[in-house]
Formats: sequence, structure tokens, C-alpha cells
Amino acid sequence: MPFLQLKGVNKGFGSGSGRMEILRDINLQMEKGEFVAIVGYSGAGKTTLISMIAGLSRPDSGSVTLNDLEITEPGPDRGIVFQNYSLLPWLTVYENIYLAVDQVFPNWAPAKKQQHTETYIAMVSLTPARDKRPSELSGGMRQRVSVARALSMNPQILLLDEPLGALDALTRATLQEEINRIWQQDKKTVILITNDVDEGILLADRIIPLSAGPSATLGPSIMVDIPRPRDRRAINHDPRYKEIRREVIDYLLGAGGRPKTAVTRKLMLPDIEPEDLSVPRNVLSPRRSPIRRSEIKKETVELGS
Amino acid sequence: MKNGFKLDWLVLPMIGVVAVLVLWMITSSTISKELPSPGKTWESSKPYLQQPFEKRGEMDQGILRFTWYSLVLVAKGYAIALILGTPLGFMLGLSKVFTKAFDPIIQVLRPVSPLAWLPLGMVLFAGAKSGVSEMAALFTIAVCSMWPTVLNTAVGVRAVPQDFLNVAKVLKLSRTKTLFKVLIPATMPYMFTGFRLSLGIAWLVIVAAEMLTGRPGIGGFLWQEYNALVYEHIILCILTIGIVGFILDRLMSVVEKRFKVA
Repeated sequence: MPFLQLKGVNKGFGSGSGRMEILRDINLQMEKGEFVAIVGYSGAGKTTLISMIAGLSRPDSGSVTLNDLEITEPGPDRGIVFQNYSLLPWLTVYENIYLAVDQVFPNWAPAKKQQHTETYIAMVSLTPARDKRPSELSGGMRQRVSVARALSMNPQILLLDEPLGALDALTRATLQEEINRIWQQDKKTVILITNDVDEGILLADRIIPLSAGPSATLGPSIMVDIPRPRDRRAINHDPRYKEIRREVIDYLLGAGGRPKTAVTRKLMLPDIEPEDLSVPRNVLSPRRSPIRRSEIKKETVELGS
Repeated sequence: MKNGFKLDWLVLPMIGVVAVLVLWMITSSTISKELPSPGKTWESSKPYLQQPFEKRGEMDQGILRFTWYSLVLVAKGYAIALILGTPLGFMLGLSKVFTKAFDPIIQVLRPVSPLAWLPLGMVLFAGAKSGVSEMAALFTIAVCSMWPTVLNTAVGVRAVPQDFLNVAKVLKLSRTKTLFKVLIPATMPYMFTGFRLSLGIAWLVIVAAEMLTGRPGIGGFLWQEYNALVYEHIILCILTIGIVGFILDRLMSVVEKRFKVA
């Protein structure tokens, strides 16, 4: 029995003819301790997918189960790291994490809660910044707080929604190392949503491409059987790395790529033609004025891939 | 650089003050002979300014003593306005049903003048044995100054980012905890903008309230001196009301800034 299972999940927004299908027939099975990366276009519905696993929204049809229990609402057993950090700006680093610890482990003695909080601050190496507010931290530091908050709840599964999307390339690399290190420590079940294929290969056991929306669906799983620990520099020369990379990109650009669409739309051009200044104005000829052109032009526009 | 700075905050405002004084002087000596000149106003106001806490009679007291009476009354009315207005704002912000039910009536009551509310206050508390005029004044201040707090709080609650609410949902914070840990801190800046606007209105209303009830205070003094034909004191009162209002607004904006950390 798989640990996390999505079966025939469909999700759309709007209703009637204005309905927009975002995700279609999503099937996913994950074992405990697995690290899966879902790679796809931005706007394809990756965040919609993760918010259904988080329980922030419900699928229109199909089921999402964790440990054979249907997910109906959000809960601390699924730790989420949002793309935009979602730290409470009026609380310090310590208070942000303590709020989560206090909420998830209400029966612990205060000293234990404090110590637990400190442990996780130390885990993301933010002890010097523990009394700072999010506005005083850099993007990378904020994201580390967010990771520490998610981990401190001791969740069964960690959901990372493009956690490094808003960071610059160098900070991104450092944090990837950090996520790698933390995952090696406690082997949590992790779903990583990303648009960066390399990031997926570096971190995950398995990569699943998500096809372009609308009606995005998951492509075939691609196992990342490169031994750990993976070194960013060495991996570049690994033939298996290149193979996986090609496979993922082939899917995203080929079968799962954006469909070409032709759209016919009416173009209403301004109903005036420019006046001809070379015609001299005299008393006999009619007034020199713009010419009306009462017609609607129809044009076909090809929207490229 | 330093010169330009001084010009900005010292010399230019001085020019403005002098221009108004000159205009006042010209007006009092040409068009309106009844209007006391600046010099005469100063002469006549001296005893009230030099002994600001003197009490010579019920309606003949130092200017700061009058101001103090007014401030106490405003503070009470303002407190009532905040205590009622803030929760009302939260309810409007949180519940669509509540908004649909009460927003129209709020929009209708909001523009009503304090002069219109005061008689109603008198009627409302007519049964009370004592302090009818005070209760009517408090009622008027509270009812008039409540609206900016109510509306700003409601807007603030509606503007709380979904991210923060998602955090509350994922952590499964209880309703009270969500309110105190997420909603109230996130709404704080909006609330304080409302508080500041409310204070401005509360201070505006005081004059009207005191005029109609004849209570000792800066507004009551103004009206009494008008009836007593001591026009110099009207100007003294106007200036005092303006300066006090200005100081209150500054103080409030300092407090407001402190809560804008987020």
C-alpha cells in the first residue's frame, strides 16, 4: 500500500462554459521516505496540485489519500514550504517557529518546546538571527526559516512548493545543498515542486514531469539512479545525469509540451483612414477630412508554441 | 544644505503665519470693524494664557484648564468609539452576511452631523437623574468618531493576505488563536489609521457638543464669549482648538508609525 496516493484527480476552476480544467487524471503513488520532484511549466497547475495534497483545496473528482486516509483539510502532518515563505512579519524567527511547535506539540513542557525550536533554528544555521523579524532577513534566510518551521512540526510528509523559485542562482545552490543535507539526516517523504530540471535531478529519487496546462497531467516517472551524495560539479559529467535530463526535457517539450493553437478573433480597427495632406485645399474641392472605412476585418492569429 | 533645510521648516512657515496675520489686520481695520485686531486679541487673551490653570468662575477659567476638561470628555467618548468600533469593524470584515445586513445603515448614519446627534442623545438619556448633558456629549462623540475605525478595520481584515490565513489553516490554529496571532496583527496598521482619523473627528465634535450643552470646556467657553460679545476670546479658542488638534494628530501618527513595522 503506497504512503501517499492520488487517484484520478481532476481539478478545475469556474463552472459551466467558463470552466477551465487545470489538472486532469492525476495519478501518483509515493512510498514512505521517497523524495519526488514534480517538474513542469509555470502556470501548469503545480501549486494547485500541492495545495490539494496540503488539503487547502479539494479535488473535483478522484481521491488524495495519505496512509489510506482521505485528505480533507490542512493539518500539521503535512509540512508546507510556500514559494513566498509565508512567515508572519510581526513575529521573530524564533516566534514564527515556536508558534508552529506550540501548536503541534501542545502537551510538551515549555522548556522542551523552546529547546525543540532552537534545534531547528540551528539546523538551518540561523541561530545568530533568531530574534530578527522576516523583514530584516534576506530571501534565502526567510526560506530557511520557512523550511525550519515546516520541519519543526515533524510532519509525515514535506511539501516544497517551488521553495527556491524566488532566489538568485547562488543562494539557490546553497539552499539545495542544505535541503540535501537535511533530507539525508532524517529521510522524510518529500514532494518538491520545481521548474528547474537540474534541481530535481540533484535532490530527488524520482522525477515526474507535469505537462503544460490547461488540463495538465503527470508524465511517466523517471528514476534518478545516481548514487548519493550527489556532487553538483561531478554530476555534470555523469552520463546518466545527461540521460535523465534529456528524458525530462524531451517529455516537457514533446508529448507534454504546449499544444499549438490557432485563434480566430475579430479585430475592430479604428474607423478612420489617415488624411492625405498632399491634396491641396481649395474652395472648390470638398473639405479635406479623414475618410471613414466601415468594415470589420477578420484575421487569424497563430499563437506560437 | 543646512540653510535650505532651515528655510524649509522655519522660514517658510513663518512667512505663512505673517501673511495670515497681515490679512487679519487688514480685514479687521477695513471690511469688518467688529473683528478684533491681532494686537487687541493678544491683550485680551493674556490673562487666560498667563494663568492657564486659573479658576475664576465656572465659565471664566485659564485656557489650559478648559482644554483639559475638553480633552477628558473627548478621551471618554473616543474610548467608547474604539471599544465599540473595532469589534464592529472585525465583524464587517469577517462576515459577508454581516456586511450585507449592516453596511447600508452604516453608510446612511456615517454622514450625519454631530449637531444632529446631540439632541437625540439628550432625548436618549433624558431619564437619567444626573449628567444628562455629559452622557449626551459622550454619545455624540462616540457615534460620530466611530466610523473611520469601523471602516478601516473592516478593510484591513479583508486585506489580510491569503498566505497568512493559509499558515493559520496548516497549523490548525483555533479561531481565537487565529484572531490574536494572525488577524489582529495583520490588521493593526489599518486599525491605527482608523484610530487616528477617529481622534480627529472626536476633537471636531467636542466643540459642537459643548456649545449645545453649555458645559465648561474650550467649546463651551467659545460660545459663552460669543454671547458675551468678547470676540477676542473666540479667536483665542479657535487657535487653541487648532493647536491641540494638530498635536493630537502628530501624537497619533507617531503611535501609528510604530505599528507599521509589518
